[in-house]
Amino acid sequence: MTTLTREFTKGLWDEIPLFRIVLGLCPALAVTTTMENGLGMGVAATFVLVCSNGLISLLRNVIPSEVRVACYIVIIAAFVVAVEMLMKAYFFSLSESLGIFIPLIVVNCIILGRAEAFARKNGVLASLADGLGMGLGFTLALTVLATLRELLGAGTLGLVFGERVLLAQPFGFFQQAPGAFVALGILLGLMNVLSKSGK
Amino acid sequence: METDFFALIISAIFINNILLAKFLGNCPFLGVSKNMDTAVGMSAAVVFVLTLAGIITWVVDHYILATFKIEYIQTLAFILVIATLVQFVELFLRKSIPALYKSLGIFLPLITTNCAVLGTAIINIQEDFSLLETVVFSAASATGFGLALVLFAGIRERFEIARIPKPLEGTGIGLVTAGLLALSFFAFKGMI
Repeated sequence: MTTLTREFTKGLWDEIPLFRIVLGLCPALAVTTTMENGLGMGVAATFVLVCSNGLISLLRNVIPSEVRVACYIVIIAAFVVAVEMLMKAYFFSLSESLGIFIPLIVVNCIILGRAEAFARKNGVLASLADGLGMGLGFTLALTVLATLRELLGAGTLGLVFGERVLLAQPFGFFQQAPGAFVALGILLGLMNVLSKSGK
Repeated sequence: METDFFALIISAIFINNILLAKFLGNCPFLGVSKNMDTAVGMSAAVVFVLTLAGIITWVVDHYILATFKIEYIQTLAFILVIATLVQFVELFLRKSIPALYKSLGIFLPLITTNCAVLGTAIINIQEDFSLLETVVFSAASATGFGLALVLFAGIRERFEIARIPKPLEGTGIGLVTAGLLALSFFAFKGMI
């Protein structure tokens, strides 16, 4: 049981995607203009990650290793199509604002990376725990980045405070494309400082 | 519909640069930009594959998916087409143009998971482009990708001799630099 907890928690801090393992950048930079989008993207990616990790781990002895990447992509794509349809049905406005980045979860390197690095060598339970941990870590990272960008860039936090303006004179820069790069770069630096002082 | 191809090209390369404004293909952007040679190799491979993939996915969408009314599996179909295409290009190059394969070879497998390729393919369909517009837009987007990547690699080579704050070393400073590069591309806004 301790190993399961370990597989779960490593995704939240030690190997948190985006900050420690710089993968999955495209959605991270593009959709994090508001907290709601960041959270929505994170949850969608987590769903795909958990399902695909589980299924790939179940099939790990069936999939021939020469064509494994192609098989993984098909499995992941199938779940992404499911998420796309679910979101269109139940969260239409969110799916509109995430736009092409929902189908692009297919090529999110974190998901394929976990399949290749973890699910194909480990049991189903461990893979599910790994997927959930990594997914939540990714969600956490996206939400932090999105919160920062929404607060500084637009001066609001729509998901929590509704229409209320928290910052009277926001820096529009953080809502724009260049601001996304700079904000993530600074967060990475902060993360490095924090983990050094922790040791 | 009359299309201004010049506007389409300029907008895809400079104004809506696929890397710096649309955030597609950022993993290879930070991954292979540490030196100039790999950046040039990657750019060439992307231009080649992205244009081909744009054409083939357009054909697949219009003649297969639309005919059978199964557009909802677009994502699945496109990624399969791209993966197969990349594999095919790799085999073809290795057999017939070994010199080119040597320089592009290692970048090809990476392209399957480059979201610039799938992203452009999806945009082509969403924008309802004709086949000709698809070709132009794909090639221009890929050129924009190459331009940004090569510029970025040039800047990044300088990091070797620059003094960088300790916590920002590596990816951190890379991202901040990318932000500045994106800011300079911002100047093209309003051109068209």
